[in-house]
Amino acid sequence: MAFFIASIILILVGLYAVLVKKNIMKIVIGLSIMDTGVNILIISLGFIRGRTAPIINTRDLLVNTSSKVVDPLPQALVLTAIVIGVAVTAAALSIVMLMYSRKKTLEIDEYKELKW
Amino acid sequence: MRKWVAIVFLAFLGFFMVKIVATFPFGEENWGVAKHYVDRGIEENRGSNLVTSIVVNYRGFDTLGEVTVLFLAATALAFLLSTCRCQKKYNRIEGSLILKTAADTLFPLLILFGAYIFIHGHLTPGGGFQGGTVIASAVMLMLLSRLSFHPNHRALSVTEGLAGMAFVLIGLAGLIWGGSFLANNILPLGQWNRLFSAGVIPLIYIAVGLKVGSELSGLITDMIATTKEEK
Repeated sequence: MAFFIASIILILVGLYAVLVKKNIMKIVIGLSIMDTGVNILIISLGFIRGRTAPIINTRDLLVNTSSKVVDPLPQALVLTAIVIGVAVTAAALSIVMLMYSRKKTLEIDEYKELKW
Repeated sequence: MRKWVAIVFLAFLGFFMVKIVATFPFGEENWGVAKHYVDRGIEENRGSNLVTSIVVNYRGFDTLGEVTVLFLAATALAFLLSTCRCQKKYNRIEGSLILKTAADTLFPLLILFGAYIFIHGHLTPGGGFQGGTVIASAVMLMLLSRLSFHPNHRALSVTEGLAGMAFVLIGLAGLIWGGSFLANNILPLGQWNRLFSAGVIPLIYIAVGLKVGSELSGLITDMIATTKEEK
């Protein structure tokens, strides 16, 4: 349960940064924090108390495996999510670089072209 | 004002998220389809690392999509940075003696370690994505320490393309000889917990490792290329 609460706190902290902060870099950092929170939430859904990692490297794990290891499926999904998160962060940072080279500022209030 | 509106909104959202999450069972058995993967994974794939079995075999098609997303992001980034007016505006300096010495020592070791991680992806924690990232970090270390280090961009793109193609070709070979896309019965499965085992899983993960490594190296090279070298 503590993992769920921690992940929700991380998601909310990230969302707070996105909503309130004016610096674009801080917004990107907020997105990253949200990403981490979601990953922790998914990972902790697959946790089973007292079990070992889903790597079958000893003989006694070979029999009756599903009563000895945690759920590997959320871990596989999070592996995907982490890689996509890296790609998203890289793309966001390059867009920030592009924006900074146009206006020489990172304040989001200076970018009025897309407001309506 | 805006801050307080945001805090109230987040408190509201957090309340409902906690409400929803409180209904989830925590730390208990909650198997879905994963029970089949866990109980029959060794029999069907021979890969010790069940996460790798799922990522590369049971959900291999999903991983192919993920590799495509990564390719798309790298392409978009290269395009954005090439149109950037920030070209050649920021200065870049040669690293200090400590950084240079450490980078020279670590570079081959990091490449070796990355290759180890993705070759043993079906036996130990790790795999293509992790190994590829370690290789890219080696390239980044060299780029930060030496101005004279220029990775061959063409070679990186060719490696990336060939590795991506290898993934699709292995999948198509499964379709032709194995009965389904990415089927894992076209190669002998071998013995459990050996390096040469698990059929096509190590081959696919080696391809993914090379692809991710060259892709991220190319991405870092693109980013570094927007700087001006200072003598």
